[in-house]
Amino acid sequence: MKKEKLTYLESVHRDGRIWGIALCLVILLFPIAVCLVFKTVPQWNALLKGALAVMPMYWAVGIVEMFTYIPMLGAGGAYLSFVTGNISNLKLPCAIDAMERANVKASSEEGEIISTISIAVSSIVTTIIIIIGVILIAPLTPVLESEVLTPAFEQMLPALFGGLAVVFVSKNAKLSIAPIILMLVLFIFVPALDKSTVGIMVPVGVLFTIAVARIMYKKGLI
Amino acid sequence: MDFNVNSPFLFVMVGIVIAFVLAQSVYFLVRAIKRAKELGIAKEIVSKTISSAAIFTIAPAVAILVGVATLSKSLGIALPWLRLSVIGSLSYESIAANSALEALGLNTATQITDASAFATVLSVMTLGIAVGLIFVPLLTKKIQGGIKAIEKSDKKWGEILNNSMFLGMISAFLGYVFCDVSGAFSGDFVGLIPVLVMAVSAVVMAICGLCATKVKSMKWMNDYALPISLVCGMAAAIPITSWLS
Repeated sequence: MKKEKLTYLESVHRDGRIWGIALCLVILLFPIAVCLVFKTVPQWNALLKGALAVMPMYWAVGIVEMFTYIPMLGAGGAYLSFVTGNISNLKLPCAIDAMERANVKASSEEGEIISTISIAVSSIVTTIIIIIGVILIAPLTPVLESEVLTPAFEQMLPALFGGLAVVFVSKNAKLSIAPIILMLVLFIFVPALDKSTVGIMVPVGVLFTIAVARIMYKKGLI
Repeated sequence: MDFNVNSPFLFVMVGIVIAFVLAQSVYFLVRAIKRAKELGIAKEIVSKTISSAAIFTIAPAVAILVGVATLSKSLGIALPWLRLSVIGSLSYESIAANSALEALGLNTATQITDASAFATVLSVMTLGIAVGLIFVPLLTKKIQGGIKAIEKSDKKWGEILNNSMFLGMISAFLGYVFCDVSGAFSGDFVGLIPVLVMAVSAVVMAICGLCATKVKSMKWMNDYALPISLVCGMAAAIPITSWLS
């Protein structure tokens, strides 16, 4: 029987699933391998306590993040990003910038390709820099943790999103007003919203912006 | 085998996992470049995407390295190397490690000497963020399919929907930048540091954009505007912090 040829996107999904499931097994088996080699078991009480402290929030955020980030990252970009991590502070801004400069839409096949290339390159460069850093960790640690450089690393996100905002807000001025005002009001006046809650607020911002966009689109304002 | 947070076994295991992840990135990169060629995407666009993604990544990757250095004090080098190269993020790994260490009655400044405590921290860090790892291979096709269906039925709305998602994310991070500004009313100006850093980065980005469009010889700036504004913003954080804190 003749095999039907898969489209590029279909093959990305097939390969992404194979790689994803294989990596999931490797990563989940790592703690078990450590236990077997060092002939030990985790301290169950502490494991439960620690897991309960992080799992409810990060699993809930993780599920919402999947629905928020996957459409923006494209298929190839999503399979890579959710394995290599650092999505909102590195992979997604990198992909957004690349698609913007190449003048392609995330939903098109061209967008899919540009997003995948930028995220793959970003993942490879990050891995290489961390490998170099690990090899040179002893001489590098005093530099990385020096009082002079600490503020620069602490302010990476404002420095990143300042630049990115100029590009997107200037191109979508009308649509940006409502979500920016909402987020400013929430973050300034709701004390519970601090730096650690930005991950939860991204889906809120996305859903709100989509709702505003839909209303404006229906009324012919955009 | 005797336990040590920097045991050669851990480095070998971590090396294997990282090589696997690296292979995945290379595989997808090669396939995407091949497909770009088939679709007739200009070689120049592909090479510019590669070079600017690589340059843009340097500063955030060094920031991630700071996380490795911080966590290595309690967890050794191998585990933070793995965790910050794979799945997690800078903020998550620190929070997860702290929660596990606290549950064990330990802290990030003291090195773990016990294999059981190490296995506990490793398990908490792995389980805490495994959701993406488990569900992304299962759900990506469905989520992408849903978006494609929307775009097929109304192309213009599909484009607006895409832009809305980007803007929604950016607006959340803009709000985050302002989260501590109210302190300024009571004389504490530390909360203004991220606002000023963001302003510097935004101004640099605008200047880069103007130079790239108005000056022919500076057109290259368009490809590197984001890394330039990022590094300028981060560099400006140093004097701004010493001024306001």
